[in-house]
Amino acid sequence: MTIEIIAFGIAKDIFKKNKLIFEIEEKTTVLSLKKELIKKFPELKKLHSFLIAINEEYAKDIYEIQQDDIVVIIPPVAGG
Amino acid sequence: MIDIQIKQEPLSLNDCMTFVQEESVGGIVHFVGTVRNQTQGKKVLRLEFESYIPMAKKEMKKIAEEILKKWDIKKIAIHHRIGVLEVGEIPVIITVSAAHRKEAFEACQFAIDTLKKTVPIWKKEIFENGEIWVAAHP
Repeated sequence: MTIEIIAFGIAKDIFKKNKLIFEIEEKTTVLSLKKELIKKFPELKKLHSFLIAINEEYAKDIYEIQQDDIVVIIPPVAGG
Repeated sequence: MIDIQIKQEPLSLNDCMTFVQEESVGGIVHFVGTVRNQTQGKKVLRLEFESYIPMAKKEMKKIAEEILKKWDIKKIAIHHRIGVLEVGEIPVIITVSAAHRKEAFEACQFAIDTLKKTVPIWKKEIFENGEIWVAAHP
């Protein structure tokens, strides 16, 4: 299935855009999505860390991504 | 009890103060973050903040709710600014009111420490000869 991944901060620079159309298999977990993203964008591996948010909440690695989920890549935060 | 704001316009200490003040309050603690003019000896020209706003508001609300559970606090305001900020400007204000000062100090410190760890806000430091996303790389 095709999902859209929204990027902020340095992730936007790495993707060179703020939205990425990405093809994943059914029942892809957050962990395997992260691995796929690192494969396609090795720069992500150099980050301190990055997390995935699903529907405005930090997602666990074992979560299986659904078609209508809002998927956002969260590079290291630096508010304040 | 809780006032969460993320906005482009300058933040107001007075707005935070007005929100948390009430007759049962015996002490108010503000944390005010300001844009510093240098990082590790490099001159900073300005900062650019961006946020995943709906999620950031949720995460800020979680911090405030946790504080209300853990400490005897009356009210808490967490305001964050986004966009381009010049040296000396204010990206964040956290204001906590309590009957007694100890709780207010502790809760305010917890709020800013946690905000820096969990709230999806990013900042880019702009130098004379380059720019860097803060905390992105180890």
